[in-house]
This record gives sequence, structure tokens and C-alpha cells, in this order.
Amino acid sequence: MQKEVLVHVEHLYRYYGHTCAVRDVSFELAKGEVLGFLGPNGAGKSSTMQMITGNLAPSAGSIAVHGIDLLDSPKRAKSEIGYLPEQPPIYRELTVDEYLSYCARLNRIARGQRDRALRTAKERCGLGDVGRRLIGNLSKGYQQRVGIAQAIIHTPAVVVLDEPTVGLDPIQIREIRALVRELGEEHGIILSTHILPEVQGTCNRVQIIHQGQLVFADSIAGLEQRLNATSLVAAFHAVPDLNSLQQLPGVSGAEALADGRIRLHYRDTDPSEALIEQAVANHWRLYELRPERRTLEQIFIELTCSEPTAATPGEAA
Amino acid sequence: MIFTIAARELRSLFLSPLAWAVLAVVQFILAYLFLSQVDNYLVWQPRLAAIEGAPGVSDIIIAPLLADAAIVLLLVTPLMTMRVLSEERRNRTLSLLFTAPVSMTEIIMGKYLGILAFFLILLGLLALMPLALLVGTDLDLGKLAAGLLGLILLLAAFSAIGLFMSALTEQPTIAAISTFGLLLLLWIIDWAGNSDGQTSSLFGYLSMLRHYETLLKGLFHSTDIAYYLLIIILFLGLSIRRLDADRLSH
Repeated sequence: MQKEVLVHVEHLYRYYGHTCAVRDVSFELAKGEVLGFLGPNGAGKSSTMQMITGNLAPSAGSIAVHGIDLLDSPKRAKSEIGYLPEQPPIYRELTVDEYLSYCARLNRIARGQRDRALRTAKERCGLGDVGRRLIGNLSKGYQQRVGIAQAIIHTPAVVVLDEPTVGLDPIQIREIRALVRELGEEHGIILSTHILPEVQGTCNRVQIIHQGQLVFADSIAGLEQRLNATSLVAAFHAVPDLNSLQQLPGVSGAEALADGRIRLHYRDTDPSEALIEQAVANHWRLYELRPERRTLEQIFIELTCSEPTAATPGEAA
Repeated sequence: MIFTIAARELRSLFLSPLAWAVLAVVQFILAYLFLSQVDNYLVWQPRLAAIEGAPGVSDIIIAPLLADAAIVLLLVTPLMTMRVLSEERRNRTLSLLFTAPVSMTEIIMGKYLGILAFFLILLGLLALMPLALLVGTDLDLGKLAAGLLGLILLLAAFSAIGLFMSALTEQPTIAAISTFGLLLLLWIIDWAGNSDGQTSSLFGYLSMLRHYETLLKGLFHSTDIAYYLLIIILFLGLSIRRLDADRLSH
């Protein structure tokens, strides 16, 4: 299936003085994808997003939005981008309607279509009832929604959301996530966050950035595979000899835990069946067997706490 | 696009009490000055009538009024321009403009026209006072027009300087005080050359007051117009560069 590439970033660098905030970042975003951007604070997430949206000039590298180079023809490229920064860029003294119609005009939506664009954006973000209220008087969650409405009002090809769920209550978070998934069907979305389950819940691709470099880039399906078990924990009433367990096909290591539990590490073939057969034959009285799953958190910590060794930047799915 | 930004700027100004307060206070002070000039004129009138080619209403009432207005507006301009860019930067709303398909020039021009529109409203209210004299007497409308043009140019130059100062900083108060400082300096800069009796031509040329005075006398010199236009273009250009620098480095 030929995917429509919406964002194409190549060898992006950004220096602040002598500090390098973003180092050689390259990736692509296709239509219908929700790309999760993960990284610890100060890893370069926001800088990268600001560069994609034209808020920050890259020190080197190229960015193309919908095939239009952002640096060569910024106006045309920017009309394809909607951006919600960490702090929503709202004017507190305006009403929601006034603000959104200003945004519509800024984004050069033709006069005849403005009303409709306004209504659609409000509807999608659940702002139907608050159109006449002052933005400054709205709750944080609603202000965040106004920020999102502002980003999608001109139906851009790419929507960039920088930590859209920060400071919201759990119900609002769920609503925003649902909105992001819905938007992802028609737009390409780049979403930055440091809430890990959010990525698994909303995105279909993940990138982890650490010290300005991409250290992990894979689809959620690929990620699932990485998360899949490479170890088993088994509990026995009659604890067998570790050596005999290591003889099982595929097992690469065994370690004894407390309470008669043993952890088996394996590669390629899952030794569960062989283990059960052996347990029955040898009366090890197996009473518990469970595969261990790694969490995204573990991968994240592995990648960001150690120096990046086997970096796989630009490994697009 | 420029007008969209200008309209929002003007609207936001009038949504805060500041714009209304400024209009009210300026109008009140100038009305007081205007009335006292009218009073003066009434005292001098019998004596003036005896002199051949004596100064008329336009010279005695309107010129001093416009001269005073310039001083009052010099004090007020920093308050009106201080928030234009600095507050957007502080509230992080600039990224809305940066992300939209709008160039830096359009952003600055929009902001500038927004402030200018406010000052034109103020000037319209001010012009009503001398125009009210038309009911009872004849005015030298040419002189009035030259004076008002002078005030418009002066305000346009004030605003450009204020806009640039606002582009430099995140703190509105710093923008206000530095605008005020620069405006006052440009106002009195010709004093330096004046002390030993002869005017320094460079400082004399730089002084905003000098160029305004000739227009108040009803003299339309292209040098004066060029002076104001140069100031406006210079500071708008600098503002555009400064805003662009936000994107380039930190």
C-alpha cells in the first residue's frame, strides 16, 4: 500500500549556543498515522516540534510538509500545519468564537467557509456550549480544547500536539485521547508526551528521543513484539535442579527466585510446552506458569538511562 | 492578513480598560488646555484687534494645543505600545502567529496598524476641539491640517519606536520605560548643541520637536516628512528583524 507522506524530516540539527538539542533526527509521517514522540524532559521533543511547525529555525537539515519545503516556502507549508504548543496560545480576553474566527482568518480560510470551519472545529472538540464565553474564564481542560480547536480549524494535513494532556483530569485525558485517535484517521498527527500508556493507547507509531537523538523508532505492532515475553516465571512445589531446566529447548538461562519460583530466559522458541511435559514426567508439581511481559516503561528506561549504544534512528516502519 | 492582525490588536486594546482610561484622561487634559487657551485669547483679543497682521485664533489657540498634545502623547505612547509584542511573548501566544501562514512583516505591520488605528481615534477626538471653533469664527484650515499631519507623523514615529522596544523584551514595563526614555531623548536632543548659543546641526536634525514645530507653523517641508518616515521605516525594520531572531536563536 502506497502511503501518502505528510511530513518528511531529514538530518535535523539544532544548536543552542554550543549545546546540541537535536542531533541528526530523520523520520517520516504518513497520512492516517499517529506518531508518539517520547522522551525525558529536555530530550529535544519540543525543539523538534517547534522546528516542524516553523517556530524555530533548524541549524541544519530539511523539513518538508506535504511535499512543500518548510524553509523555502514557509507560507504554503505552514498552511498545512496545525500546532498546539505546550502552553495553548490563547488570548484570555477574547471569547471562544472570537478567538477561533481570528484563527480561521489567520489561516486564510475563505470568508464563506469560516462559519462552517468554526462549527466543525467546535463540534469536534466539544466546545459547542462555550462559544460565547471568555477563554480566560474557562477551565484548564476547556482551554486545552480551544487550543486543539485552533490547531485543526483549517483542516491541516499535519497536526502537531505538544503534551496535549498535561494538567487535565483523567476524564478529560480520555476525551482528548479519543479526539486524537479520531483526528488521526484523516490527518497525520505527531504527539509528544511523557505519559507512556498514552502512547500505547493512542499512537500507531512510537519514537523515543534521548539527548537529541532518536534512539527508538518502530510501529506499535513492532513495539508489541519487543514487549513480548522473553522470559517465563514458573513455580513448583518440588523445585527441580536448575541444570535440568537449562536443558530445555530454547532456554538460555535460569535463575532461582524466592518461594520455589524460577525465572527462565529463552530465545526464539517458547519452552512452556516442554516445561509442562517435563514437570508432569518428573513430578515437579508445577502450580504456576506465567509469561513475563516487558512494559514500554522498561524499554524507555533501558533506552534513556544508559548511553545510546545500538541506536536505530530513521528506522521507519 | 495585516488587517486581521490589526483588527484583533485594536479589539484587544479596547477590551482592556487601559484604552478607555487613556482616551478619557488625554481628552480631559487636552480639553482643559484648550479651554485655558480660549480664555487667554479672549483676554488678548481687544489688544490684538488694534495690531495690523496680528496672530489669529489658529496661532494662539490651535498651535499651542497641538504642541501640548504632543507632550501628553509622548507620555501616553509607551503605555499603549508596551504590551503589543512583549505580552504575546510572555503568554506564549506568538506561536499562533508563527505557525499561521503569515510572514514576520505581516505580523509587525498588523500590530503597528492596530496601534496606529487607536491613535487615529484619539486624534479624531482631539481634532474636534479646534474644529468646534468653526461655529463662531474662521480658522486657518491649512495650518490646522499641517498641525494635525505633524501630530499624526509624530504619533506614527512614537508608535514605531514603542513597537520595537516591545519586541525587545518580555516585560511590558521595561518596554514602557525604554520607549519613554528614547522618546524623551529624541525630544530634547537638540538642547545639547544649544548651550553655547549655536545649534548643532546633527542634533537639531535628530530632534523630533524641531520637525514638529515647523509643521505647527504651517510650513510643510519635505525634510520633516522624510525625517518621520525614516524613523518609522527604521524601527519597523528593526522590529521585523528582532521578531525573526526569536525563531533563529535563543
